[in-house]
Amino acid sequence: MSDTPALVHDTRREGVVSALRAALGEGLIDSLIKPNDDMWVRVSAETWQQAGRVLRDTVGCDYFCFLSAIDWMPSPYGRGEDDPTEPQPERDSTIKQGYTGGATRMQVFARVTNLTHHFGVTIKADVADTEPCVDSWISVYAGANWHERECHEMFGIDFKGHPDLRNMYLPTDFEGYPLRKDFPLLARMVKPWPGIVDVELLPGDDADEPTADGES
Amino acid sequence: MTTVIPNGLADRQKLSYIAAQAADARLNVELETEGMTLNIGPQHPATHGTLRIIVRLDGEQVIWAEPGAGYMHRGYEKLTEVRTFPQVTALVNRIDWLGSFANEVPFILAAEKLMEVEAPPRAQWIRTILFELSRIANVSLFLGDLGVQLGAITPVFMAFRDREYVLNLIESATGGRFHPNFDRIGGLKEDLPAGWITETKQVMKKLRNFCDEIENLLFGNEIFQSRLRGIGVIPGEVAKQYGLSGANLRASGVDWDLRRDQKIALAYDKVDFKVWTHPDGDSFARCWIRLQETREATKIVDQLLDGIPSGSVMAKVPRIIKVPEGEAWVSTENPLGEMGYYVVSKGDLGPFRVKIRSASFNNISIVPWVLRGVYVPDVISILASLYFILGDIDR
Repeated sequence: MSDTPALVHDTRREGVVSALRAALGEGLIDSLIKPNDDMWVRVSAETWQQAGRVLRDTVGCDYFCFLSAIDWMPSPYGRGEDDPTEPQPERDSTIKQGYTGGATRMQVFARVTNLTHHFGVTIKADVADTEPCVDSWISVYAGANWHERECHEMFGIDFKGHPDLRNMYLPTDFEGYPLRKDFPLLARMVKPWPGIVDVELLPGDDADEPTADGES
Repeated sequence: MTTVIPNGLADRQKLSYIAAQAADARLNVELETEGMTLNIGPQHPATHGTLRIIVRLDGEQVIWAEPGAGYMHRGYEKLTEVRTFPQVTALVNRIDWLGSFANEVPFILAAEKLMEVEAPPRAQWIRTILFELSRIANVSLFLGDLGVQLGAITPVFMAFRDREYVLNLIESATGGRFHPNFDRIGGLKEDLPAGWITETKQVMKKLRNFCDEIENLLFGNEIFQSRLRGIGVIPGEVAKQYGLSGANLRASGVDWDLRRDQKIALAYDKVDFKVWTHPDGDSFARCWIRLQETREATKIVDQLLDGIPSGSVMAKVPRIIKVPEGEAWVSTENPLGEMGYYVVSKGDLGPFRVKIRSASFNNISIVPWVLRGVYVPDVISILASLYFILGDIDR
């Protein structure tokens, strides 16, 4: 053992990235590995379906965990704690994506797991701001069916090749996409939220100072 | 005690496939008959709440089935975005309401992962004990309810009787029978009350007796077996594609249990337990696995009770919790299957986005596939054996 800590290598997860790079080429945009913990990859929207197939067949992630989307735009309504009688305050609306970056407001992301070697991959893809659309994963993972329906309903993302994108939760004629950040949470719009004060500071308390008795 | 002999799996799969094909053919070509659409639910005892199943029948045979979920959607993913991290546990308690504590754990673990905080060993052990207790409370009710679905009334009374002991334990430790809201970022709200360990050991004995009773009464019963064996066969490959998890996946012969197969800040690596699998993949296998798992859970609790480390149950965390920027995915083996949270934080008081991956959502999405070609009475037994909680589908 040397004195300097060796760079941690995670050959298994690095293998996933090289398999994706070999199959997708430029389609693999970015990847992030936390050694022996977790990994993220980002692919282009065009290679989304192909990436799923590579993950299933080459990498062996044949277990479908979930598929959903993230809207990276900060909510114009903050955390819904504004007084409804006052005018809305100005908020920062810079879009900043998370791990493995991004170029668009919305991203689809999914997670698949390799049950033999016990690791999972979170895969993301940018979707266009206007008419967001990616290929459906149904032909790769049959379980993506309901997840894509839910995602279509909640984010308005279209899945090309999905046979049946009916609403699961909302009425058929519902307008708007509830999980997008610009969709207001109406319950918070009409009445101030009573839970704003979560932890009341005691006199002499500093908010960032750890206290011995924890949060209680 | 019953012994289970896997026999003729391939034949059964083939038969159900042929039956489905035959139903289509009869309907469309030979007889030019018109099918009938039958609506099961939303208010049907077999749907544990408000799940609606629309089936298209040809005589007694289902040729097409479509579950209609969403009667209980509460929009938790949206609501988490306007709550602080500690407030979210109160919401997620209500996802799988029969095993509430188990819903809190993965979310808290995800937040702890982002904060790089680890709960003290004592808190981890107590978390694991309560986690298994909620599994017992949840699955014991399943075992009783299973009887009702198949026309046997007695087991459900036994289940409610014995589940009550477990709920009392959960209540005396956490203060809540159904919604404990006991898990905190960095540990637990409180330590265990005095005398709880002795009490729990006695209850675990009772629960093992309950499992034996159910095994003798139900699983050894000829009618029970003939209603479930070879019905609703799901091959392992299909189960994985649909993301089935928990007992449903293990009943299809896939040896995968998140308690054993991942590194997680719970005390599962300290105990010795068996992960049960079954090669058949039919309704009987799914029910049988759950029975074995309840028994296994009582053993896990017993082992953990003997070795709870001393010390604090709360790590040092700030009074006002801000979670650093990042993304984390944590899932655990909940009573219903894999339950996980994908938490995105932007360094704020509350999460930026939480994707809730609940087990029943995936488990029920296989219904259109598995109901093809079965007969009407089997619809109920297959739904019962897949075991779902409405709050876990709709979130």
